[in-house]
Parts: sequence; C-alpha cells; structure tokens
Amino acid sequence: MAESETPKRTSLYDEHVAAGGRMVHFAGYELPVQYTSLGEEHEAVRTRAGLFDVSHMGEVFVNGPGALDFVQNISCNDHSKLTVGRAQYTGLMYPEGTFVDDMLVHRMAEDEFLLVVNAANRSKDVEYLQGLAENFDGVTVSDRSDDWAQIAVQGPAAEEILQALTKTNLGEIKYYRFVWDEVAGSRTLIARTGYTGENGFELYLEPEKAPSLWRALLAEGKPKGLVPAGLGARDTLRFEAGMCLYGNEIDETTTPLEAGLGWIVKLAKGDFIGRDVLEAQTENGLERKLVGFEMVDRGIARHGYEISLGENSEELSGVVTSGTQSPTFGRALGMAYMPTDKSEIGTEFFVHIRAKTARARIVDLPFYSRKKKAV
Amino acid sequence: MSIPENLRYTKSHEWVRVEGESVVVGITNYAQDQLGEIVFVELPEVGDSVEAGTEMGTLESVKAVSEVLAPVSGEVLEGNERLEDEPDLVNQSPFNDGWLVRIKGSIEGSNTMDATAYAALLEEEKN
Repeated sequence: MAESETPKRTSLYDEHVAAGGRMVHFAGYELPVQYTSLGEEHEAVRTRAGLFDVSHMGEVFVNGPGALDFVQNISCNDHSKLTVGRAQYTGLMYPEGTFVDDMLVHRMAEDEFLLVVNAANRSKDVEYLQGLAENFDGVTVSDRSDDWAQIAVQGPAAEEILQALTKTNLGEIKYYRFVWDEVAGSRTLIARTGYTGENGFELYLEPEKAPSLWRALLAEGKPKGLVPAGLGARDTLRFEAGMCLYGNEIDETTTPLEAGLGWIVKLAKGDFIGRDVLEAQTENGLERKLVGFEMVDRGIARHGYEISLGENSEELSGVVTSGTQSPTFGRALGMAYMPTDKSEIGTEFFVHIRAKTARARIVDLPFYSRKKKAV
Repeated sequence: MSIPENLRYTKSHEWVRVEGESVVVGITNYAQDQLGEIVFVELPEVGDSVEAGTEMGTLESVKAVSEVLAPVSGEVLEGNERLEDEPDLVNQSPFNDGWLVRIKGSIEGSNTMDATAYAALLEEEKN
C-alpha cells in the first residue's frame, strides 16, 4: 500500500479520538499508537485487561469445493484436521519457502476458510492468492476486509469481562477455537486467539456494530481494570511473548524454520508451495536462526541495528529484527538472526548502536510466558 | 501546556536557561509528552564540544529514539547523572530535575526564541 494514499479510518475512529488516542498512520489506517501511556496500557494487559482495535487486519475468504486443497497448497501448516470452529496459525508461502505473510486460518464451513492477514500485506496477499486460484479448480478468493471490524480483548480479566456480555459459555471455547454468538446484542465471531501472550479473545463483527460493542466492553471492563490499548502496547506485548511480526522477524527472505516456527511446518502433509526448500533445510540444517537476547552493556537495540560477533564491525553477522526496553522486565531485550553455530544460549555478541557497540547475550525465547491455566 | 517565560527555546523543542557564562539545556514539556515514557538517556561526555543545531545526545522511549540537538555551541561542563538511573525524570520534571546538560556558551547569535514565539510554534504544530 502506498504511503501517500489517504489513510482509512476504522469504524472505531471516533471512539479513539474521544478517549484521547494519539493517532498515527499505520498500514494505510489511522490508528491509536497509545491513549494515556504505553507502559500503563502494557501493564494493564499483563495484569488486568486491554482493548484493541485491530480492524485494520485483513479478512480474506477462500470458498468452494476446492477450498481445503487450496489452503493446504498455500500454507506450510496442515489443515486437514482443522474442523469447523477451529483456527490455526500458519505461513502463506512463496516457492522459496519464505513468507508472503503469516496468518490465522479459520475453518468457517466445510468449503469455507477465513484467512486473517496483516493489513500491510493485504493487497499483496489477495493478488497472490487470486493469481493462484485462477489455476486451481473449484475455489474463489475474496477480500472482505472492509466488511469486518475486529476488536481484541486480552488479559487475565478478559474472559470475565466478555462473559458478562454474552450467553455463550466462554469456558467451552478452547484455545484457537471460535463460535458465533451475540455479544452485547451484535452477532459476533468469538475466537480465543490473540497477539499479546495473554488469555483473551478476538471478536469479529460488522463495522457498524463495532462502536457499540467497544463501548459495552469498556463499560463492563473499566471496574475490572480494562483500558483501551494502542499499537505501541500491542507491539511490546507480542515482542515479550516472542511472537513474530511480519516485516521484522519474518518476511519474503525468511523461512518458518529459521524463524523458530518449525511447529507450523508439516512436511508430512504432502506437497505445498515452498515444501522443497523447507525439506532441504530440515535435512541439511539451518544457516541462521532467530534468537532472543538481552543487552549486557547500556543501550537499547532496535529493529535494523547491525550486530557482529567481534567488537569491530568488519564481521557483521546479522541484524536486530525487534528490540526495545521491555516494559514487563525493565530491561533492554531484542530478537535477531544469528549464524546457527553462534546461536547457543549465553553466546555474546555486539549490537551497533549509532556510533557505539554494546554487548548483548543470547537468552531463551519467549521472554515472557504466562502461567498457563487449562482452558 | 506550560512554557516557562524565563527560558529560550529551539524549533526542535529544547529549552535553554542562561546561567552566567553557561547555559542549562533540557527538552520541553511538549517534547517529553510526544516522546512518551523515556527509558534511556544518552548524553555527551563532560569535556566534549557540541555544535549548535547538531545532535548531542539521544532520548529513547519504549517506542522510539529521538535526537537531542545542541541549542548552542560550546564545551559540555556537566551532564545530569541522575538520568542514568531515573530517565523518567525528563517526563516528570522536564524543566527542572529532568535537565540534560550544562554547556559553556551563550545564546548570542543562536537560533533560539522566546516563550511567546515558542507558544506560537506549538500552536502551528497542532494544526
């Protein structure tokens, strides 16, 4: 999407402005980067609950008798056992085994799948998918992103807050499953998914109905500590949880195996786009892999900063994919690609921060993992 | 938003307080608000020479890195050492405890403006 295009507004735009949201241009939309404070919003999601407008995400439908075969062909994960009412995370693949995008695949019906894709990749994805569908029997691909708003409610108190607004027993919706039901009077797809590392739900509904649901969630949630949260907190939350962001950890040059996403690569399912490359990487090993690190010296590593194994920059070995001062831990953390033989926990390297080099040390990913409760 | 009358200001939202032969420099309340919670401060070393209008340090929030420009040229006499452990002083008290550096120099011939002109600049930025 060209940056020069006039940014779109989601149906929740007026709610953001009224709540004091600081609006920024992101992936062709005007969205709040924060309302009051990134740190407070981040903490609210970790300890209570946060409300996110994620209506910019793309919703792409794959329909027809060939839908399952088509989805199996474009994705590295195995969706053959994906029954109606379940979702899976996967990569949309190039023949090189690299990412066109990462996405959630929801099985809506026997012959209908909903792909939730990144806003910044939406037109690229749709063009790619429609091109493939032309040579595929019995499948149509349609971009319905503008027909859907999406609200995420995330955090330890999210379930209790949402439960007060719907008759559906949320306890019966397991992780990565979804149902359709009314929430605060609007027909809504309720999915137990998220991008924060916390328990929570993503709610899909018609854009016109989104403001009333947004207000109902805020009214119900405020006494329980729910706050609206912006793109800033969304990024730090996913980062701490070690989740990949397209354009940072993953892109058209990285494979899921390199990104530590081996769990979404199912070579045994049969042929799919990019399988050859992923099979070869599985057999021959990886040249590089994604690691997490903490800064040893003072300084904050950021997306795009170069790294080297020695203190001088003549032997650059990679680049920081994401990095920030972690709000939860109060420490500077980052993720980067490192040569596989230099990716052991404890390995030290140098990050080039402006004119200086600062020492960093490889640590386990994810940085943050909530105490899992059986749901 | 507060804009103390007794200070000089730059287009890039630094403030300058003249104290005899030297000036104290910080960033304005508007600047700290735009940056958000500051988590890391990098200042020039004592003894460094800084040049007006060029980068002399950086302030980092969780979200972003922002350059601090030297409002005047001269030698750095002192840096605010408290900011190493308490970078958020810049947010809490941008015009007092959150000061950044003291520079041996003068505002004569510098590109600074008074509080009225700075208030007008902020009005412009909002529109």
